[in-house]
Amino acid sequence: MSKFRKKKKGMPAVNTAALPDIVFMLLFFFMVTTTMRETDLRIENPRLPSATEIKKLEHKSLVCTIYVGKAKDESKGSGYNKIQLNDKIASADQVPAFIINARTKVSEAEIPFMTTSIKADKESNVGTITDIRLKLRDVNALKISYSTQKGSSN
Amino acid sequence: MARRENPEINAGSMADIAFLLLIFFLVTTTMNVDSGISKKLSEKPPADYVPPIIKEKNIFEVNINRNNELLVEGDRMDIKDLKEAAIKFIDNGGGTGNAGEDGSPGKACDYCQGDKSESSSDHPNKAIISVQSDRGTEYGTYIQVQNELLKAYTELRNRLSRQKYQITFDELEKAYDEAKKNAGMKDRVEDLRVKVEFIKTAYPQIISDAEPTS
Repeated sequence: MSKFRKKKKGMPAVNTAALPDIVFMLLFFFMVTTTMRETDLRIENPRLPSATEIKKLEHKSLVCTIYVGKAKDESKGSGYNKIQLNDKIASADQVPAFIINARTKVSEAEIPFMTTSIKADKESNVGTITDIRLKLRDVNALKISYSTQKGSSN
Repeated sequence: MARRENPEINAGSMADIAFLLLIFFLVTTTMNVDSGISKKLSEKPPADYVPPIIKEKNIFEVNINRNNELLVEGDRMDIKDLKEAAIKFIDNGGGTGNAGEDGSPGKACDYCQGDKSESSSDHPNKAIISVQSDRGTEYGTYIQVQNELLKAYTELRNRLSRQKYQITFDELEKAYDEAKKNAGMKDRVEDLRVKVEFIKTAYPQIISDAEPTS
């Protein structure tokens, strides 16, 4: 026992040299994980309408997004009714192919839970949205979500 | 050769710098949460499908024209009045509801606080809101209308839930979600599920989108 008692008293300084390493590791982790992989927008960023009765979309992997808005490329025509699927401007007729393609990426059991999120500009026309909706119904993609901002609509 | 030994660089503040950066990134990167008004489309009807006959008084008709003006049950209306009108219609409870799945006859709505008018809806589960828009209607207006209608349902559900369980429906749903995730609250899950289901069936959201006019 006397061996131990001989130890010097006083707090030894804790070596904090490794602390920056730990913090940097955290920093890089957050930097890497929070970068969202967004598809390139071929339309101008849609100005989403705002609403209050909204629900969060869960299960990101089961969501496919359709953008509707004004084409960035002037030669594709003006107006807020251009549909973007994946990375291309498309027409409503291509929606079923897009959905079927998205379905191949998830397991059979999860298909009924797939949601289509429609991100449309507030100046788009309901006609375009209806076209998309009819096509979605054709392929039995029945869950949709009209993407909106949270906020007061009045 | 003033100094032989390399003086040690004080790295103590390195952590501070890194923390500062870390906090900066934590704050600035907003997780892009996708949220919106969710809807379930009806399935494609078979070719020989005959739509059921629904009484005129059980349909609440909302028309939006291409100038984004509203026509509700034949009258012009501002969007801000739509919620009240919808609540009045849904909550009317003038007759008996749909027959139960087991064939029991429909009951009168005993939780409705409406006028019980003959000319308005019979029961919340029979009340159908039909939204018809023009192809040229702006999407923003369409969403606003949907939102107002959903608000009407939320208000009614909250009212009923407060009456029965002393908390709002939003809180009830939240409690249910939490109980589902939390293993320690297993005994409450079933109880909460029944409550949520009850409110949902008391005021089912029946909003149909009619084919747009062109």
